[in-house]
Amino acid sequence: MIAEQLAGKRIAVTGSTGFLGTALIERLVRSVPDCELILLVRPGRRGAQARVTRDVLKNDAFDLIRNEMGKDAFNEMCERRVRAVAGDVGTDGLGLSGDDLDLFLTADVIIHSAATVSFDSPLDTAVEVNLLGPQRIANLCNDHGVTPHLVAVSTCYVAGSRRGAAPEQLVDESPFFVNVNWSAEVDAARRSRLDAEDASRTPERLSHFRSMAQKELGAAGTPALAAKTESLRQSWVNDTMVEGGIARASSLGFPDAYAFTKALGELALVERRGDVPVSIVRPSIIESAWSEPRPGWIRGFRMAEPVIISYARGLLSEFPGVPEGVVDVIPVDMVVASIVAVAARGPLDSGPDVTQIASGSANPLRYKNLVDYAEEWFTANPIYDELGQPIAVAAWRFPGRGRVEGQLKRARTALERTDNVLEKLPLRGRMAEYATQLEERKELLDQAFGYVELYGKYAECEAIYGLTNLLALWDSLDEADQAAFGFDPRVIDWKHFVQNVHLPSVVRQARAKTTPGKKTGPTRPQRLRKQILSEERQMAAFDLENTIIASNVVTSFAWLGTRNLSPRDRMIFAAKAISQGPGWLALDRKDRSDFLRSFYRNYRGAPVDQIERDAAELLSDYLLAKSFPAAIRRIREHRALGHRTVLITGALDFVVEPLAPLFDDIISASIGERNGRYTGGMVGVPPTAENRYQAIADYADLHGIDLRESVAYADSASDLPMLEAVGFPVAVNPETKLASIARKRGWLVEDFQKQAGAPRRPLPLAPRTGARSEPMTTRLMSAYSTPARPKTRR
Amino acid sequence: MSSRKAPRPGFVLDVDSSTPPILFHHGEGFKLERLPVGRSRVIYPAEPIRGIEDPDQAIRDALENTIEMEPLRAHLFKGMKLTIAFDDISLPLPPMRRPDVRQRIIEAVLDLAAEAGVDDVHIIAALALHRRMTEDELRHAVGDRVYDAFAPSGKLYNHDAEDPDGMVMLGTTEHGEEVQLNKRAVESDLTVYVNINLVSMDGGHKSTATGLSGYKGLRHHHNVDTMRKSTSFMDPENSELHTKNWRQGDVIRNAGIKIFQIETTINNNTFGESGPLSMLQKREWEWTPRDRMQFVAMNRSLSYMPTGAKRKIFHSWQAPYELTSVQAGEIEAVHKITTENTYAQHLVPVEGQTDILTMGLPYVSPYNVNSVMNPILTMVLGMGYFFNLYRGKPLVRKGGVVIMSHPTPWEFHPVHHPSYIDFFEQVLAETTDAEEIEKKYEKKYAEDEWYRHLYRTSYAYHGVHPFYMWYWGTHGMEHCGQVIIVGGDPKAVRRLGFRPASTLQDALEMATDTVGPQPTITHFHNPPMLMADVT
Repeated sequence: MIAEQLAGKRIAVTGSTGFLGTALIERLVRSVPDCELILLVRPGRRGAQARVTRDVLKNDAFDLIRNEMGKDAFNEMCERRVRAVAGDVGTDGLGLSGDDLDLFLTADVIIHSAATVSFDSPLDTAVEVNLLGPQRIANLCNDHGVTPHLVAVSTCYVAGSRRGAAPEQLVDESPFFVNVNWSAEVDAARRSRLDAEDASRTPERLSHFRSMAQKELGAAGTPALAAKTESLRQSWVNDTMVEGGIARASSLGFPDAYAFTKALGELALVERRGDVPVSIVRPSIIESAWSEPRPGWIRGFRMAEPVIISYARGLLSEFPGVPEGVVDVIPVDMVVASIVAVAARGPLDSGPDVTQIASGSANPLRYKNLVDYAEEWFTANPIYDELGQPIAVAAWRFPGRGRVEGQLKRARTALERTDNVLEKLPLRGRMAEYATQLEERKELLDQAFGYVELYGKYAECEAIYGLTNLLALWDSLDEADQAAFGFDPRVIDWKHFVQNVHLPSVVRQARAKTTPGKKTGPTRPQRLRKQILSEERQMAAFDLENTIIASNVVTSFAWLGTRNLSPRDRMIFAAKAISQGPGWLALDRKDRSDFLRSFYRNYRGAPVDQIERDAAELLSDYLLAKSFPAAIRRIREHRALGHRTVLITGALDFVVEPLAPLFDDIISASIGERNGRYTGGMVGVPPTAENRYQAIADYADLHGIDLRESVAYADSASDLPMLEAVGFPVAVNPETKLASIARKRGWLVEDFQKQAGAPRRPLPLAPRTGARSEPMTTRLMSAYSTPARPKTRR
Repeated sequence: MSSRKAPRPGFVLDVDSSTPPILFHHGEGFKLERLPVGRSRVIYPAEPIRGIEDPDQAIRDALENTIEMEPLRAHLFKGMKLTIAFDDISLPLPPMRRPDVRQRIIEAVLDLAAEAGVDDVHIIAALALHRRMTEDELRHAVGDRVYDAFAPSGKLYNHDAEDPDGMVMLGTTEHGEEVQLNKRAVESDLTVYVNINLVSMDGGHKSTATGLSGYKGLRHHHNVDTMRKSTSFMDPENSELHTKNWRQGDVIRNAGIKIFQIETTINNNTFGESGPLSMLQKREWEWTPRDRMQFVAMNRSLSYMPTGAKRKIFHSWQAPYELTSVQAGEIEAVHKITTENTYAQHLVPVEGQTDILTMGLPYVSPYNVNSVMNPILTMVLGMGYFFNLYRGKPLVRKGGVVIMSHPTPWEFHPVHHPSYIDFFEQVLAETTDAEEIEKKYEKKYAEDEWYRHLYRTSYAYHGVHPFYMWYWGTHGMEHCGQVIIVGGDPKAVRRLGFRPASTLQDALEMATDTVGPQPTITHFHNPPMLMADVT
């Protein structure tokens, strides 16, 4: 009896926070009542024990036993039987020390299921975990003179991409094995990381990253650009390592770095096992549970799920594969059961043994059948789009991988071209959002492309994994064990599994819309708006131009400048301004504060008192006419809620002064004055780009405001430092760059518009003022005539 | 003018098969509509009565031959404080051609004042809670000479009801209504009020008790209850609004504040007796071929124009109104004569009520001169002003239907009507019930700091103004079973609590839900202005 064989034993498990690991722990806790468990987990910020509680024991896999026992009894039992030790299979000695190490070494059985399962992990990461991990455990045990039974979970795909039988034999026993020295591969992988790091730092690459960052963020200021550049560099290094992994793996006949490093990992383990008895269990593609803890139980989004969901959503209409090919899928509970059975049986005296748990040879699921089942099921149970219409799934045509890739590539190129054109246009608000929709399509295409690239090989794989050892083990079990630990793949009814177990579970997991009709309940923007207008927020900071008012410093200047000019001088002024416009615009795009500095010189010599008088008129005649009433309403809503409202703008203080009653404070630029006239030189640094961040951070500091509890509204990527500084950023009528950033980060996007019916002012010229009448002609009324205000010119 | 034929009085036309399509104002455009034969009638206003040939002389005469008060010159003396207050941009509609009546009167008053050696003169636009007048608008009303003489030194300005140092509480009426007045007027030895009476609601004590007052005084009669009891507010005898204003007027008088009231009436010559728009105030069957051509050409070109351009064209129209009477002296005595003179132009006798009242709403109301007629103003023009232009009983029977024709776009002037925007987006989105609106929101809007700032320093109607508009429509909306707007933006119309219809025929069909089949229809023909004397 398995439960009795393992009774009183201590079983150490690595990888317990993963899909397979969680299922394994659940089964051991539930079905082997008298064993103790030691879980090796990376402690993270919270510590190992907390992580086990949060990431393993709280998982819905445990619902069954938790409900059976009652919550308190379950917790008490876990406290007694499940202990966490902090460690990491990616470092030598597993990063264990002190009590944790001592505890770990008391294990009778070690089940190693930790792995980097992602098929696109960087080569060196895969090497550290998948290749070196197993032998590190063996080394540790040998170093401390203990010899627990080490059950290493590997994968069937260590057999490489091949057609035909792949029996349960050690990697190097296969006739097709290309002999490589695993430790040389380790060195090479580590070295290539260093090489990639070096390569990413060449002046050409760095300037390339910088220009990419600039393209994405615009004039966001040096610190923001630097941060973006560095993150681009790091992801380039990462991509290079991923590519390196795929390349090295395929050069040796493996579908990807995962299978490749797993294969060498087995090799290394067998070579370095010393006195530790080793068993290897190789599952094929693990999918949702057949029956335990409940049919369809799954954790996380695994390999096939994104593909399935993309198909159901109509995003993926072609996927490569051979119709008669076998998709070797195995439910997770069978894998778990086979591992437990191997552990219970104990090591074999004959040396390391291999057990494969797969379905292909005993009960194959044909690719064509899978597709038929899926099509049938999704036709009967469609996913619905946002408008509540069912999405029809495409008929699968089983094209070759090359053809699918070609199609996707062409679509992507076309989108990229459109995107490049759109990016250069000065789009805002709704139009900018259309551009981001295009970008979204591009990303989906990229995703589809990624799936095809990564998983296509699996769909095309025609290896048949032998199950001799597995079935022998199965036959050795008595009936009770067979009932409690079922792992006979021959019992699976694939149609039932696909349609009644797996797909419903995947759709639930993906939170796809499965009922017709429009979504009810608050939409995402409504939810975000509610958060923003919650009493817990402390401050709301607003940019001015294009956030509250569709105007800019140039037009304000033009208005003030023409206020006191004669009609003839106004025309001259306008002509001059128009001719200088493009130059100003170019400077503004490059660096906002340089532009302001240079532009504000235009105010040199302007009389202070007159400008102040005119500024109130500017508000009425120009600014309010171009204002966004919804934005003003929003400011007032924030104020009513008791939030501090702050205007932060590069515009001049006297221009924004009439807006003062809306805000608690205004942070703006100002220019110096001498003898009642403006000097045109700026006082201090204007609050733009990174300075804006500084200004808002200083302000928050001064008033004891928590930026994480604050809201900021702005329209352009150059405001990014400010938006990123607060907990609740809002993009208002964003230009393309900010629209795309806002979409990616899930920020609230507001579309504030000028009031319909607002007077249209093509040219920002002030209405005429000053005396118009002829001198008094009537005899007596002249008594009241006062000399007209002298006309001031600058 | 003497060559003109004697003006014909207004009359009621029964629509028969020979009746041509009837002109409906439709915002910045027009429609010609056929009304059902046999059960429809059209009320036509009187033709413009003759204007005074020498207005300036008439004004000088009125200042000498005063009513129940000494002539103006007897009140003027050296060293006195003189305040001249005048009606604001909301009168007349549309604005009149230069020289404006106000300019003529103010110049005449100033001449007398100068003669008497008065040098402390303030000239105030008595705009209550309306928006401030712009420089151009003030210049139009008082003339460039007066403007340039007084404005630069700060002696010609807009009344500011929210100036904490500029308003005085005078006390309360016997009914507990507070009276609030402009401080300069209170401190003056004489306040001369310069009025233009377009409709019978204007003038009298309302000029000062409302025009120079503020929220604290106005809230006692600008409220739902008062408007319910004003049937109609165009008929001073039966208007609670006027009763309360008159009570406040007593308090002002008893506080020793001396007011010299100058009231004027103008005829209804809105679009001229010749010129491009003259056919608009002719009776349709009297249109000449030339009128027809001009109308078709105008309507066609308007249909190609964007709203902004149409608005600009229409708002630049200045009416060739003529002065028909001017009287000066004691407020109540003067106003009695004024009201009679107003009635002489406007009253049209009508027999019996109707099931359905139709009206074409023009592009301008008292509150959107040089501005945008937003949906709330559309409502108030129809259900407030036109509906209330009756004496006796409403034109439409209790539970009847009002059908108005207006494009009702979801458009607002962001400078002039900021609180209207929020009222429409927030208050009306929740309820259209006047009482609930008054209870729940009025105070908040009235005392809002941002609206107050905009009212005082920019050109915005006071925060509470949209509420007054809504109350203005209370009597009409409660009286009617249904209100339909033809050709309006459906979203905006529904927000008002009305029903949208795309054609008049559809609207008439929809109205039968409320008033039953084969209803009687009365069309309130406009322009120009009329007032129905319903018996």
